Amino acid sequence: MSSSHSYPHEPTGVETRKLGMWVFLSTEILFFGTLITTFMIFKGSDFPGMKLTDVYDIPFTSISSFILLMSSLTMVLAHNALEANDQEKTRVWLLATAMLGAVFLAGQIYEFTEFYHKGFELTTNIFSSSFYVLTGFHGLHVFIGVVLLLALWGIGQRQKGLTLEGGMNLEFVALYWHFVDIVWIVLFTVVYLI
Amino acid sequence: MTKIIEPSKQSSIFRRPSSETGIWSWITTVDHKRIGIMYGYAAFFFLLIGGLEALILRIQLSQPDNNFLTAAEYNAMFTMHGTTMIFLAIMPISAAFFNYLLPLQIGARDVAFPRLNALSFWIFIFGGAFLYSTFIFGTAGAPEGGYLAEEVGWLGSAPNGGWFGYQPNAGMKYSPGTAMDYWAIGLQILGIASLISAFNFITTIINMRTEGMRFMRMPVFTWMTFAVSFLLAFSLPIIAIALFYVTFDRKFGTTFFLTEGGGDPILWQHLFWLFGHPEVYILILPAFGIVSEVLPTFSRKPLFGYAAIVFAGFGIAFIGFGVWAHHMFASAISPVAQAGFGLSTMVIAVPTGVKIFNWLGTIWGGKLKLNTPMLFSLGFIGMFVIGGLSGVTHSIVPADTQQTDTYYVVAHFHYVLFGGALFGIFSGLYYWFPKVWGKMYNESLGKIHFWLMMIGFNLTFGPMHWLGLQGQVRRTWVYAEETNLQFWNIIVTVGAFIIALSIIVFMINWIFSKRNGEKAPFDPWDARTLEWAIPSPTPVWNFSTAPIVKSLDDFWHTKYSEDEEGRAVRREEADQILLELEEDGLNPSEHIALPNPSYFPIVLASGLPFLGYAVIYKSIPLALIGTVLLLIGGFGWGTEPLEEEIHIDSDE
Repeated sequence: MSSSHSYPHEPTGVETRKLGMWVFLSTEILFFGTLITTFMIFKGSDFPGMKLTDVYDIPFTSISSFILLMSSLTMVLAHNALEANDQEKTRVWLLATAMLGAVFLAGQIYEFTEFYHKGFELTTNIFSSSFYVLTGFHGLHVFIGVVLLLALWGIGQRQKGLTLEGGMNLEFVALYWHFVDIVWIVLFTVVYLI
Repeated sequence: MTKIIEPSKQSSIFRRPSSETGIWSWITTVDHKRIGIMYGYAAFFFLLIGGLEALILRIQLSQPDNNFLTAAEYNAMFTMHGTTMIFLAIMPISAAFFNYLLPLQIGARDVAFPRLNALSFWIFIFGGAFLYSTFIFGTAGAPEGGYLAEEVGWLGSAPNGGWFGYQPNAGMKYSPGTAMDYWAIGLQILGIASLISAFNFITTIINMRTEGMRFMRMPVFTWMTFAVSFLLAFSLPIIAIALFYVTFDRKFGTTFFLTEGGGDPILWQHLFWLFGHPEVYILILPAFGIVSEVLPTFSRKPLFGYAAIVFAGFGIAFIGFGVWAHHMFASAISPVAQAGFGLSTMVIAVPTGVKIFNWLGTIWGGKLKLNTPMLFSLGFIGMFVIGGLSGVTHSIVPADTQQTDTYYVVAHFHYVLFGGALFGIFSGLYYWFPKVWGKMYNESLGKIHFWLMMIGFNLTFGPMHWLGLQGQVRRTWVYAEETNLQFWNIIVTVGAFIIALSIIVFMINWIFSKRNGEKAPFDPWDARTLEWAIPSPTPVWNFSTAPIVKSLDDFWHTKYSEDEEGRAVRREEADQILLELEEDGLNPSEHIALPNPSYFPIVLASGLPFLGYAVIYKSIPLALIGTVLLLIGGFGWGTEPLEEEIHIDSDE
């Protein structure tokens, strides 16, 4: 048995933090999977009180979905800018991503309030419960994402700016953000369209 | 040799903790070995509490129509016994092994994320404390149509709906009060701890292996850690969401699991067992790993069928996700589903059998050394086979329908989880005792412990098979005198106290050997895996230089070569190599940067119980306190670099 001095060692060549993020996202699939399954089970049933389809505003939700999807684009632009080591542009695109996320959240809050005022509450029936818990859980994820993006933007204000290595780096947050967006594509389809 | 350890600069907003001994050094540690030791002690503490609860149950059942406990108290005791043993004793004691051994076995200096590791430990501690705070703050009212409120008492103010929390029984109507909320949210917090450690271990195994440590050269214990981590990562989210629904049902008036509101109680059973069955393998696979280390070492043979054992482990983990409904044969599921799950339950016995035969093949023809860890491992095989076979009987649906909710089932899963998991764990505790403390345990006391536990265990759980087949129902606080169940019930209770006695012997051995035991020699067992190639107790930096691995059981091949008939022959230079390894291990030749201690894991973790109380009591101030603690922890964590360039200088 011989020995060498090289620590740390990453046999896969994938950065350890990024790998950790991938593992985390794989469990997130199970979180959302369970929520979506439950929603689908209760979706077909007929219950007293209002139906969700009575209150849906598909054009509105489509627009806010579009906004969230665009934030994935700005996220990619931020990443590209950082690869070119353009700190200024990186910060701008980061802020843009956070803002788009915030607009989506505002839209969700507006939507929830509208539904509520129309009498469609958490406990109205099993269907409304599963709707609020599912989309609320996703909203929480977007909220955490916005906080992370703003934190990253704040770190970018420092002298040495952002890097692609170490700490809570941009790539790490970008993976999370794209995941949250992709989940929304599934949710939008499952909850609103079919 | 003197070591100078000094943090070079203070770049965080708070002063970094710097003490190396004393309580603060343990509270702020991020060292996987210390975290492992703390996991071990905390889990053992809960094991004692869970055992105490079991003894209380057994006292109640030792006589027919006994009134030692009321029905309410009995419900609380069996719920807490199950919950404690599973979530607070066996899972964390496995985590103790993972933490201490995993980095050593793959030749790493620490886990991938040392601070996350500390975080999962502290979340586990706060989660356990939160769950048990129900005895102080929790209330359990009288259920509709059930016992009276005045029968609840102090002992009954704990969660009382079973560790499985079946709905609607565990809902507000039949389990009023806050006790079941403590259960749901407590498990939620404990789940977060396990999830975080699962990410950590998966990443560690994939990315922290030392040079040459290919996947198929990893020790089987590491492989089983890998499998368990995947099981945790993919099964805990399911129960987390299900518990989320329970909390919504109980606190915010939704009806996910309540038929009167259109919900589906069977959905709870599906979600629970979709987690609950993989959980069974989460509990048993670490023991499989431990036994696969102990048996070859004390049989003086390589592990028989290494690849088969590894793949069988993953086979079990994979099929383990497809058998959950065999817990629900007595529920409303279709005959087709019953047949399908019956079949998959039979199928999962195949990889398990592969492992059993491989272990037997390992012992076969070996020069057996029957010391305490080996005895426990052999006991494990025997007891686990009994439990496994009675498990296969459950795959026959009509028979299972007869056995459902009887003591036959209790006997079965205690043979698997006590005779299996716990025997394996004790085997590991003795096996690695010299590694952790640098001392030898007392062999005679160890053997007394083994035989007492073996006898006590079989007296306790063997007769339960007959009691169950005679019709004694579980989860029921009395049985009538006319049922003629008394004789075996007394035997069972006596057995339970013999187990308690054996645990006392174990504790005496542990405390005295740790203090006064003989100094352990380097490589006391003539072992095969990397953790024995470094001094005991393990130096804080683990390996002074990164080992390079050239084959499976590399350390063994350093010491042994083969003669022309394939027999192992100890190399002449083996002793010299060991001496050099010990010398090198104690005196690193270069600066070693180690992760610094940190306050933030414990701060972050301390926020969670406040959020839990906030949900139970719908209190905004508590929620604010919890959020602020989370924010302080998260912000401090984010702004604090992992390493501050600690220097360990050694002057010769």
